Amino acid sequence: MKISTIASNTFKEAKRDRVLYLLLFFAILCFLLSRFLGLLTVGDRVKIIKDVGLASISLFGMLMAILMGTGLVYKEIDKKTIFTLLAKPIHRWEFLLGKYLGLVLTIFIMTVLMSVIFLVVLFLHTFTIEWSLLLAILYIFFELCLMTAVALVFSTFTTPILASLYSLAFYLIGHLSWSLELFIKKVKSGGGRAILKVLYIILPDLENFNFKTEVVHQLPIPTKLLAVSFAYGLVYTAFLLLLAILIFRRRDFI
Amino acid sequence: MGKVLELDRVYKAYKFGFIPKKKQVLKGISFYVNEGEIFGYLGPNGAGKTTTIKSILNLIFPDAGRITIFGEDSLKPRAREKVGFLPENPYFYDYLTGREFLAFYADLLGIHGQQKEEKIKYFLNLVGMEKAADLQLRKYSRGMLQRVGLAQALLNDPALVILDEPMGGLDPIGRKEFRDIIVNLKKEGKTVFLSSHILQDIEMICDRVAIILAGEIVNQGYLGDLISEKVLYTEVIVAGLPASEFSHLGESVSTSGNRVLLKVYEEEHIDRIIRLVQEKNGKIISLIPRTETLEDIFVDLVKNQ
Repeated sequence: MKISTIASNTFKEAKRDRVLYLLLFFAILCFLLSRFLGLLTVGDRVKIIKDVGLASISLFGMLMAILMGTGLVYKEIDKKTIFTLLAKPIHRWEFLLGKYLGLVLTIFIMTVLMSVIFLVVLFLHTFTIEWSLLLAILYIFFELCLMTAVALVFSTFTTPILASLYSLAFYLIGHLSWSLELFIKKVKSGGGRAILKVLYIILPDLENFNFKTEVVHQLPIPTKLLAVSFAYGLVYTAFLLLLAILIFRRRDFI
Repeated sequence: MGKVLELDRVYKAYKFGFIPKKKQVLKGISFYVNEGEIFGYLGPNGAGKTTTIKSILNLIFPDAGRITIFGEDSLKPRAREKVGFLPENPYFYDYLTGREFLAFYADLLGIHGQQKEEKIKYFLNLVGMEKAADLQLRKYSRGMLQRVGLAQALLNDPALVILDEPMGGLDPIGRKEFRDIIVNLKKEGKTVFLSSHILQDIEMICDRVAIILAGEIVNQGYLGDLISEKVLYTEVIVAGLPASEFSHLGESVSTSGNRVLLKVYEEEHIDRIIRLVQEKNGKIISLIPRTETLEDIFVDLVKNQ
């Protein structure tokens, strides 16, 4: 109950943030531009529209999660609104989870909005609604939930600017870490390979959530892969939330 | 009479800077608050008042020592169930209206439905904010924020109300209203912990006080025990005679027009002044004996530090 109260208040606050609408505006702009990009392409124009559309949802969703998530807890401490809140009989983890869920709700609504506009733009071109795209969008949303948790972790101990940089670094590493896997295969077994393996396990692999190519090119996706990716997202997000709670638990609010 | 709040040798140091420098803010604070009293927590700026309150409310964690609220360790959220808190310079979500703000806290405290509506109405009325209830908090003045802040602190019908500099941003009428509310809280059987550096407020309404200076409690007890009834000196205002006439009888503090303000330390000198004034056709305007005030004690303590 306390969590949902904090979550709904966080949502109320988040939806007032102009950054959200600015990013939404740019996402829509990208959807529209993708039609012109399609005109310039040799080959399948629809694929370009789909590619650019999905990539825009992913990119702008990520920016929303990071830019809003990193200020989530920091703003409460900076504006001292946290004093009266935590003086009430609530646990600190309830506060954090409430904040997290409130932002996830905001991100969810924004993803739905972007998806609807994207599908409409696509419909105007092809006159069919491609439901299979929703699978790719669903996994983009899972990735955004994870990124929100990343932003929350950094938000518990540093300023929004630094937290944004850290989160962005996390995002880039997450999308490039799959190349480590290739690298491991090329390295001879031994100490170096073991270190690389440990590194690969610790570093996030956000490519797990990327089904854009498969969906756009209508390639088959094994159910097992979907299940593993979902479980990966769940466990990683839970781990990040736990980390945020552990950092936040013993923090002094001076 | 049970102890509602007890602090036992509480220490807290803050670390500042890139290469952390330690600053000891609380140096073994111990005091207790009895049930049903108004307890004044007095100290100059930076003495550690707010740090003490934050320690009580678990907003910061003391390095050593123990704090109990209603016998419960303050580290447990359950200990705060019967506590209401108004911070110094309250900061709230400024996009909410006064009514939404109270509804948010009511939800957090598990107050719902009809009861919630009634409580919000009652407390808005109590703090005199019903007219501004549908205005966003960003449009509130500091005094108005203080008022809804107090309403928020009282929502859960707390047995212990902790107020940090509650009269800070208020006008004289607001201060009187706040004092009345605080005295009424006591009448309802609630315990009030009041931190302030405004001595007048504390002197007027508090039963017991503790004085904190540079992180240490330097004096505590019943107000009556701390302040002696002894007359320290008498202030005499005389008109129509020059100050030089009285130089051997008392200390001339100021003159304005034909009036002289004298500080007289010995009682027999007062009779002599009266006679002198009568002989020389002057006039005694006033004659006020000054007893010790909290301010005197406070100023003494600060000077001795």
